[in-house]
Amino acid sequence: MPTELDAKGMNCPMPILKAKKALMQLEANDTLRIEATDPGSVADFDAFCRNGGHTLEESSEDGGVYTYLIRKAS
Amino acid sequence: MDNTVSIENSKTMTIIVTKGSLDWAYPPFILATTAAAMDVKVDMFFTFYGLQLLKKDLDHLQISTLGNPGMEMPMFGMHMKMPNIVSAIPGADALCSTMMRNLIKKKGVASVEELREAAVDSDVNLIGCQMTMGLFEWEKHDLMDEIEIGGAATYMEKALNSDINLFI
Repeated sequence: MPTELDAKGMNCPMPILKAKKALMQLEANDTLRIEATDPGSVADFDAFCRNGGHTLEESSEDGGVYTYLIRKAS
Repeated sequence: MDNTVSIENSKTMTIIVTKGSLDWAYPPFILATTAAAMDVKVDMFFTFYGLQLLKKDLDHLQISTLGNPGMEMPMFGMHMKMPNIVSAIPGADALCSTMMRNLIKKKGVASVEELREAAVDSDVNLIGCQMTMGLFEWEKHDLMDEIEIGGAATYMEKALNSDINLFI
């Protein structure tokens, strides 16, 4: 089961900062599911994961809520 | 404090912070915290008015409507430009600053305090400029505890070994 992070209502750069903090608590290959409402977070999580070697397994939007599933770099 | 280049393979960034207003506090702290979250080692050098951002209390930070043609506040259902003369009215900048703080809160933008705390938490190195402290007669106890005090050479040593150097 992925760890859940609610970043709804937060604006740049808070969703990324919270995600980083949450990822630091996880083991390699663990997953983190993030919900956010900041439209800018789509491109930002893309870049954040690419840079950190994490896998962005899911990036979707439903009714203004963006969901990301990140698998921590091994 | 560790003055040597990062021993790991991580990238490094320095930012010279020269502005001490509420709005201009954002770009350096947003970039610094985001860079730290992306495993970049960050040094921030606060000089002249930028040193205001290291004061223990940040409630005094204001925006200025003077000489700021890019400023458009969402008010009364439209976007209000602030003519320069507004700034001449006593209390106008304080009022605009309060409005800005309310807007920041309403839009879910982090406060400067929150971002600065995040910077400290993620080991961003904060350096206060010694010369500025002397110039404005500020004491070490006016500034937050988590900072290093240094001068231009302290900054230059870091900048010379850094991947990214910004002046804000």
